[in-house]
Amino acid sequence: MESPAARAFFNPLVNDNPITLQILGLCSALAVTKTLATALIMSLAVMAVITVSNTVISRIRRHMPRNVRLIIQITIIASLVIVVDQLLKAYAYELSRQLSVFVGLIVTNCIIMGRAEAFAMKNDVRLSFLDGLGNALGYSWILILVGAVRELFGSGTLLGVEILPTISAGGWYHPAALMLLPPSAFFLIGFLIWGLRSWKSEQVEQQEFTTLPTGQSERAS
Amino acid sequence: MPSSPANNPSSWFGRLLALPNDSPLKAIFVTLAVCFVASILVAGSAVLLKPLQEANKERERLARIDEIAALLPGVEKALEIEESIRVEARVVDLATGRYVPSIDPANFDQRSAAKDPSLSVPIPPERDLAQIGRRANFAVVYLVLEQERLRAVIIPVRGRGFGSMLHGYLGLSGDLRTAIGLSFYQHGETPGLGALIDDPEWRSMWQGKRVWAGAGDPGIGVAEGPVEPDSPEAEYLVEGLTGATWTSRGVTNLLRFWLGSDGFGPFLRNIPERRG
Repeated sequence: MESPAARAFFNPLVNDNPITLQILGLCSALAVTKTLATALIMSLAVMAVITVSNTVISRIRRHMPRNVRLIIQITIIASLVIVVDQLLKAYAYELSRQLSVFVGLIVTNCIIMGRAEAFAMKNDVRLSFLDGLGNALGYSWILILVGAVRELFGSGTLLGVEILPTISAGGWYHPAALMLLPPSAFFLIGFLIWGLRSWKSEQVEQQEFTTLPTGQSERAS
Repeated sequence: MPSSPANNPSSWFGRLLALPNDSPLKAIFVTLAVCFVASILVAGSAVLLKPLQEANKERERLARIDEIAALLPGVEKALEIEESIRVEARVVDLATGRYVPSIDPANFDQRSAAKDPSLSVPIPPERDLAQIGRRANFAVVYLVLEQERLRAVIIPVRGRGFGSMLHGYLGLSGDLRTAIGLSFYQHGETPGLGALIDDPEWRSMWQGKRVWAGAGDPGIGVAEGPVEPDSPEAEYLVEGLTGATWTSRGVTNLLRFWLGSDGFGPFLRNIPERRG
């Protein structure tokens, strides 16, 4: 039997992954994975915000007025996002230009609000911290994987270092232009979900309805 | 629970926290307390990090000037090894088009000058293509000189795009007939649409476009849609950005404004270095 701490930390990595199982946070996963560097910075930013917000919200959860709790959660999350954005603009200016609005949009990232409401409001500080870290890592490894694949096959580089010499630079590799466009992240994440659910079949969702064979129709009331 | 002031029912703070969570008084108190801490955090980070951010923006601005100068044929390497090519900053009086030697370009802040009523003029709305409202009386231009021959002039441009002000530089060749590059160092356009003004491929389209249509009227701009490479308008216009009509129009308008008589028109007509 796993301890609650281990479960809070390890579950979001694969079994309850925010992207592949809960299908949350996809907008940023599509937008910032064109290069590995932006995916890494985005992962760090989300990690900072979600761990601190989970910890703080868990710490004050007993005094949270129920009717305005979402507003208070958003206030905390939005403030943390602004601080992270300011730090990036000061210390990683070039990357923050590439990430543009997507750092600010962490506020609306469903994963963070979801963990605050579903976990941090009900669990103690230590577990909430571990849950935040676990969810951030579960989000990060997918972002980093997608970012690495897109940069490698789209530009022939990793973190800007040439791995596959492209034709335009005198090499042999013909870059897959699709990888530079956001839909490629959809395909990659789709394949990833397919792979994960083939491996762990308990992640496959129950069908909500069944299709009747052709020719039959359910008699209308 | 360990004992702390928060659990001590005799202090006002403890009594407040002991109230039920649904009491309006406590709800207001908790909300205000969270907002207070959050505002200190946000304001503190904004104020403390501002010098670093400003330095980054300034570096970015200067990098764009170098970048345009490096688009000149043969300059990229020359900037590194040859000292015969240099970039010089000059302050220009926009109304007369003459240099103002009394102002040091390194200390002149065009942005704050545009807001200062004593250093700027209002632009009447019907002539205000770039929608900037006020224009500073002076501007810092950059001359790229090889020995004493003018290779390029780099002028600052700004104007409204779709949702933000675009700040950038336009580089003109030494004979002032063609563009060598247009580069924006600051804007807040929509990522994936208007923000494609940063796209290297789109930026490269500006190189070699003819600036003037006829007698001193700026003709350079962005087309609405694609441009046939053989058509006459391909000499002046670059391809419009898909899904960013307002940004594209904004770029055209700001170029027309800054190349026109309210912008650098008077200066470009009689640059002294051009004779040399």
